[in-house]
Amino acid sequence: MTTVSTNDHSFYDKVLEATPRGERLKLCLQCGMCSGICPYGFAMDYPPRSLVAALRADDFAPVFESETIWLCVSCFACTSICPAQIPLTNGLLASLKTEMLIRRKVPAELQTALENTRRYGNTLGESPRKRAAWARDFTTPVPIMAQTKEPVDVLWFVGDYASYHPRVQPVSKAMAKIFQALGVRFGILGPEENSDGDVQCLAGERGLFEMLAQKNGKAFRKYQFKEIVTTDPHAYNVFKNEYPSAGFSFPVKHYTQFLAEHLEQLKPLLRHEQKYRVTYHDPCCIGRANNNNIYEEPRRVLKVIPGLEFIEMPHNRVNSICCGGGGGGNWLDGFAWERTHTRMSEWRVKEALDSGAQILAVCCPYETPRFEDALKSMGREKELVVKDIAELLADAIFG
Amino acid sequence: MSQDVWVVVETLRGEVLDITYTLLAAGRVLADGLGSKLTALLLGHNAEGWANTLGAADSVIYVDHAALADFTPDAYRKTIAGVIKEPTPRIVLFGHTSMGMDVACGVSLDLDAPLVTSCQTVRVKDGQPWYVSLTCGGKIVAEGEMPGPTCAVTMIPGGYKPEAGRAAMSGAPPVTKTQPPTALDDLRVGFKGYIEPPAGDVDIAKAPLLVSVGRGMQQQDHLKLAEELAAVLGGSVSASRPIVDQGWLPSSRLVGKSGKTVKPRLYLALGISGAPEHAEGMRDAELIVAVNTDEKAPIYDIAHFGAAVDVLALLPALTEKIKAAKGRGA
Amino acid sequence: MDIAVLIKFVPDLVEELEIGASGAALDRTFLRLIPNEQDDHALEQALLLKERHGGTVTVLTLDTGDVDETLFTAVAKGADRVIKITGDFGEGINNHAAVTVLDTALKNISFDLILTGTQAVDDLDGSIGPLLAARLGLPYVGYVTGVTSADGKIVARKEYPGGLIAEMEVRLPAVLGIQAAEKPPRYVVTSLIMQAMKTAQIEETEAGAVEVRGAAGVARMSRPEATTHAELIEGDADQVADALVTLFKERGLLS
Repeated sequence: MTTVSTNDHSFYDKVLEATPRGERLKLCLQCGMCSGICPYGFAMDYPPRSLVAALRADDFAPVFESETIWLCVSCFACTSICPAQIPLTNGLLASLKTEMLIRRKVPAELQTALENTRRYGNTLGESPRKRAAWARDFTTPVPIMAQTKEPVDVLWFVGDYASYHPRVQPVSKAMAKIFQALGVRFGILGPEENSDGDVQCLAGERGLFEMLAQKNGKAFRKYQFKEIVTTDPHAYNVFKNEYPSAGFSFPVKHYTQFLAEHLEQLKPLLRHEQKYRVTYHDPCCIGRANNNNIYEEPRRVLKVIPGLEFIEMPHNRVNSICCGGGGGGNWLDGFAWERTHTRMSEWRVKEALDSGAQILAVCCPYETPRFEDALKSMGREKELVVKDIAELLADAIFG
Repeated sequence: MSQDVWVVVETLRGEVLDITYTLLAAGRVLADGLGSKLTALLLGHNAEGWANTLGAADSVIYVDHAALADFTPDAYRKTIAGVIKEPTPRIVLFGHTSMGMDVACGVSLDLDAPLVTSCQTVRVKDGQPWYVSLTCGGKIVAEGEMPGPTCAVTMIPGGYKPEAGRAAMSGAPPVTKTQPPTALDDLRVGFKGYIEPPAGDVDIAKAPLLVSVGRGMQQQDHLKLAEELAAVLGGSVSASRPIVDQGWLPSSRLVGKSGKTVKPRLYLALGISGAPEHAEGMRDAELIVAVNTDEKAPIYDIAHFGAAVDVLALLPALTEKIKAAKGRGA
Repeated sequence: MDIAVLIKFVPDLVEELEIGASGAALDRTFLRLIPNEQDDHALEQALLLKERHGGTVTVLTLDTGDVDETLFTAVAKGADRVIKITGDFGEGINNHAAVTVLDTALKNISFDLILTGTQAVDDLDGSIGPLLAARLGLPYVGYVTGVTSADGKIVARKEYPGGLIAEMEVRLPAVLGIQAAEKPPRYVVTSLIMQAMKTAQIEETEAGAVEVRGAAGVARMSRPEATTHAELIEGDADQVADALVTLFKERGLLS
């Protein structure tokens, strides 16, 4: 009754069904670019190329015996480089993760994050009632839609980590102050907001994603707003690319896009010089994931900050090095360490350190804690500061 | 109607357990308040000598039988219920423990007595015995009267220190040895043997300083931060139940009800809420420092110092600074 | 072996607990009720035994709130039958009363073994396991962390302080109070729960008369008034670290 019997054929069919353009799997040339560019390909029993080969050779059963699929952090590098444009990350790889979940072969920390999502609507297991606790004690209150009930221009989707994690809450506070300084009519869902569902979806929990999409979608429909703006690239990615198939289509922007559109209003507010050498990390989820391609807007925003000297890292834009936090990866550092003795975040941080920058600018809520942790485990936290673009802007506006 | 108070003694492999003395201390408060007698009920085999330390009681009833040599729920419940029957006392105290809870419920039904559990302290108010219990992970206190004519109560450690119940001054109490009131054959639960806990790498009960980890550590990966801190402090890492249940640390590191009771010079509780089952294992540490972002966590009621900061941010900073402090010569 | 698993819903401690207007009970308006964690372990232990020895697993729970999802989840995990006992349970009922309800419901179920968590966070009048066992006239062993079955006999591993284990041989039928299953409770993917919601049936049975006796009344509920409370160190992680180093030095812990 409970165990889904899966022979290789029906898994193949499942993948084809589950993915738009899944039939492109048949076009694989076995060129190996995917396995080559995969950050953890070297440690996987079945990197992406081998997975496609196993699938087409009807020999997938051994793949289910391996747990190394959990090294995949859904960075979309393989998908973006595949010459045959095979939907790997959110097609084959996510489907394989689903099969592993069905077989209950899932590392404990990820299991907890998923169970927390089911019960509390956030991966951290925090009370939903406290989701907007970060927004208390504001001189000008942060509007919560259910309380103000007024139409807004911007419905700001905050996200799990940005609401609850002690390192990321300051980023949310900075963003609120920026919206207020710009005079934007905005509001947040607060306790009505649930996890966006991106990491759960890419970690194979399609059912959980659907549940979250329903909850968030219904909450959105209660209110009047012109667009959703989010400080979370994962939310951006999933609202734009997956929510429509769940029946919810809204205009959505990443906050750097929104700010790039409002540069003329922003510039006069930036009165405090930030004389620092700053480099920028492109998050996978607004970048190469699903060809979202938001690369220039964050740079335009950074470059209007007075005094700021912008430095480009060698791996930028579509070639960015993932922080390792996607597709469940945020909870699998221990798992990855046991198998690879590396921490993916350290690679990116090392490149930032080598670039000569003093500040590593980010715009994703997983990145501030992950890169700061990486600096600490390398013992180099005094050499580089990690700041969200919102924090840098707030510094420039308020000093 | 008897106003007497009875205590069911708990022993394990030849040792009278600390909880017994907590029960005796509480029993003394009740008996003195009610102006009645305190009786300790000891079950065992060739165990008469153990009664010597039960002097806080006015008398000891000792039931001897081979089937009582080691605790089994059936034999103990039958015996206790049978002995306490005529006349049934005002109050019977059990430990809120693995042994106590196995029999308290059954005995209370046998005596047709209401049952109160997780009791921490007792008193007598206007001639009525009163219980104060902890519930909901130690976050809520529930109190009320112990209904008559007989009430059964299980007690958790912490309300009365065992020292208070070890009354040696009055000398050994009078002991009445007796046979089990009902036959102890055809028992449905039989004792097979003990299994020692796996010889741990570390005996946390001997560690001078403990860095203890709880759910707030979030990921197994983060435990290494605690290990590093423990290393620079010259101590060991211990844990609360969730960590051990997940298999992140062996059960030899468990502090609390099912684990070890520790009294180190420093107990650093990281991401531990401080529920009674854990608190009972460490509340007597010399210096308790709690780090938990939940300012209402019960751990703060027993800690000497606390900070509501993120454990994962604190650990590396603290390790660094201690290294530096030690490097310079403290 | 046919196993019955009893699940009790308890207040979720993640949420703030408020005391109601009467001053003697929890305010249930904002209470989130979740399945007792040790009952989850009991279900896991039951499923492990089923996987090893065959048989059936039947889950029973009193309908004290939103219980359906938990029951469908149990089905998705491998339970054969799930039973919701409906009735007027008012503002929550104590364990003595719950046990009379369970007694009636279990009369129509054939079982060799009953598993339930050894205790629940809101227990004030004993625990379900031993109370039920006494009422049914069955043997009971609690604080169990492992169960093996061989030749129609059950051996339960009972936990004592310090990690010591006592092996107890138990004659069936019996009730065991589970402290922890041999493995952490298994994950079940949401789609299987959704599938169970569509295809599985929750059996319902009426509670009948609820006997309320055997507990002491609660005169007053309050928050612990700590006679001591930790001195809180203010500041960010860095400042707290500095303060702690000073404290440790003062106490001679860094020499």
